[in-house]
Amino acid sequence: MKLQRKNGLRATALGALAVTGALVLTACGSDDNAASTGGNDGKTNAASDISCEGAKGKLLASGSSAQKNAMDLWVKNYMAACSGVEINYKSSSSGEGIVAFNQGTVGFAGSDSALKPEEVTESKKICKGGQGINLPMAGGPIAIGYNLSGVEDLNLDAATIAKIFNGKIKNWNDPAIEKLNEDVELPDKAIQAFHRSEDSGTTQNLGKYLGATAKSDWPYEAEKKWPAPGGQAASGSSGVAAQVKQVDGAIGYFELSYATSQSIPTVRIDTGASAPVEATSENASKAIAAAQVKGAGKDLALELDYATKADGAYPIVLVTYEVVCDTGNKPETLDTVKSFLTYTASDAGQKVLTDAGYAPIPAEINAKVRETVAGLK
Amino acid sequence: MASTTPIDSPPPTQAPPVATEKSTSTGRAGDKIFLALSRGSGILLLAIMASIAGFLAYRSAIAISADEGNFLTTFDWDPAGDPPVFGIAVLLFGTVVSSVIAMVIAVPIAVGIALFISHYAPRRLAAPLAYVVDLLAAVPSIIYGIWGALFLVPYLEGLNLWLDEFFAWTYLFEKTEVGVARSLFTVGILLAIMILPIVTSVSREVFLQVPRMNEEAALALGATRWEVIRMSVLPFGRSGVISASMLGLGRALGETMAVATVLSPSFVISFHLLNPGGGTFAQNIAAKFDEANELGRDALIASGLVLFILTLLVNGAARLIIARRKEYSGANA
Repeated sequence: MKLQRKNGLRATALGALAVTGALVLTACGSDDNAASTGGNDGKTNAASDISCEGAKGKLLASGSSAQKNAMDLWVKNYMAACSGVEINYKSSSSGEGIVAFNQGTVGFAGSDSALKPEEVTESKKICKGGQGINLPMAGGPIAIGYNLSGVEDLNLDAATIAKIFNGKIKNWNDPAIEKLNEDVELPDKAIQAFHRSEDSGTTQNLGKYLGATAKSDWPYEAEKKWPAPGGQAASGSSGVAAQVKQVDGAIGYFELSYATSQSIPTVRIDTGASAPVEATSENASKAIAAAQVKGAGKDLALELDYATKADGAYPIVLVTYEVVCDTGNKPETLDTVKSFLTYTASDAGQKVLTDAGYAPIPAEINAKVRETVAGLK
Repeated sequence: MASTTPIDSPPPTQAPPVATEKSTSTGRAGDKIFLALSRGSGILLLAIMASIAGFLAYRSAIAISADEGNFLTTFDWDPAGDPPVFGIAVLLFGTVVSSVIAMVIAVPIAVGIALFISHYAPRRLAAPLAYVVDLLAAVPSIIYGIWGALFLVPYLEGLNLWLDEFFAWTYLFEKTEVGVARSLFTVGILLAIMILPIVTSVSREVFLQVPRMNEEAALALGATRWEVIRMSVLPFGRSGVISASMLGLGRALGETMAVATVLSPSFVISFHLLNPGGGTFAQNIAAKFDEANELGRDALIASGLVLFILTLLVNGAARLIIARRKEYSGANA
């Protein structure tokens, strides 16, 4: 009798465990699907454009997490085409990538901001006879996502965004917002602004935009660390997007892909153009097209025009670079780096970007990138 | 019982040592080997602790000497900045406050559950209940975190509004900032649930060990069940409950993932417990480690050292309390 009761208990417990386990598993499963939708699109890409000439062995790279999704697709396509080559991109942060590059432990680094002068000086030790250069490889819009029940369309300008994120505008029906959205019924609800809790290139690029266009309302340095008072923090773009999705009255910023995959509405930016601009890959490309190359020699670091008023140019963009030596790359990885970057800068490589929520680099600049890659020594 | 250290496993239900004609007959070789093994284990533990402490101290020294702010009082964490500035004030505050909230909520409930299981519940109910409580301890902390973020946070908003409305005069429950309940208070509630099983099961074991004679003596004097518990069970179990609480406190102080998932991290100190924001040592380490540079890692390790010291102090204090109360729990003499 006693034995039986015990068994019954155990069975119930096992049953409960199984149910809980199943729930947890399904939760993980659905998460995965959402994250990999971008990946599936990219897979269709033909591998025929990839030339594996001279590529061999293992190539280590590290840096920006903002280009991780693009890099994952590139690496997958490239490795499918070139057997015997292994590329390992460790996605950490731009700063880490540059440190690793200047220590000579990686073949190239990914970075959301161009090398600083002192980093260039340091790179001369590793690049024998040359120096580190920046190759713009992908761009992307940073979307301002919001969650406000009953509001489908929202226009904001730089000054308003700055005031929302540093707590000067506290309510959704603030006159400043109402002025930009005359047809929209804005609720009397507190604004909950979310930012990144950790250091982030996304934060820095938003800061650059706000600093360039709304200096009086956003007097902070464009750093990777969130500079403004107030607001709430969440970890990673995915964390910010999850909070915005969950909380009514929330607003936050993240790469466009997070907004599309979770269908979070995004703000149109009133840049002074004829109509407010939506955050899309094409519109971001238009803004990047207006960028000037500010790097000297083979360095292709870009100067973005954040204050652009061109029609349909979405100004809050980020350009992410690959950092290599112009001369003096390590002989054992040089050919692989060249072959791989030739692919990423090719039409096929740039095409992958749109599917993954990035913006391709405009043709004129891209042509220079290809030329530079071909001349790497 | 009274000599149980807080780090020890639950109070042993050991039988009195079986003494032992057999063991003497195995001769000296066995004795020596066993002595060497057990002594070796003891020394190994000390060596590990010393090397952890040494590692933490060494890396912390590097970080603290590079810190341009005051390591103890700065309200900021920016080791990658120029100049690097970071301090643990906010983390220390958040860690202690969230753990204290957790203890205030969890210990009375845990003692209640333990007493119910050991003295009130019919046997048929006691066993499954004890089992379910233990099961709570098997849930990984990240699951508590996800549950906290997706369920607890939205559903606590009502409670927060209520507390703010009626208890704002306490200052603690005045909510001065908008935001969902990703606050130290919510973290405290979550931690309370997480430490409930360990405190409950240790307390339960202690209560079950109260000598039958004491209880029956109290009953014979005409005591009600509550009086029995008050006169014989609680005094006997007091040091055990303190040990149990310290075990729970240890877990609460070091809890990482659940806190990192729920809290909205920020470097401000506020006694308005319902405001979003704050930070704990473990949460900060988890959140910052990935992106940290060399100095950033050392800085995080330095904060880890402070947590290490905090835990040592808490355990030391617990042992002191237990030692002082030894006389009262004379029942186990």
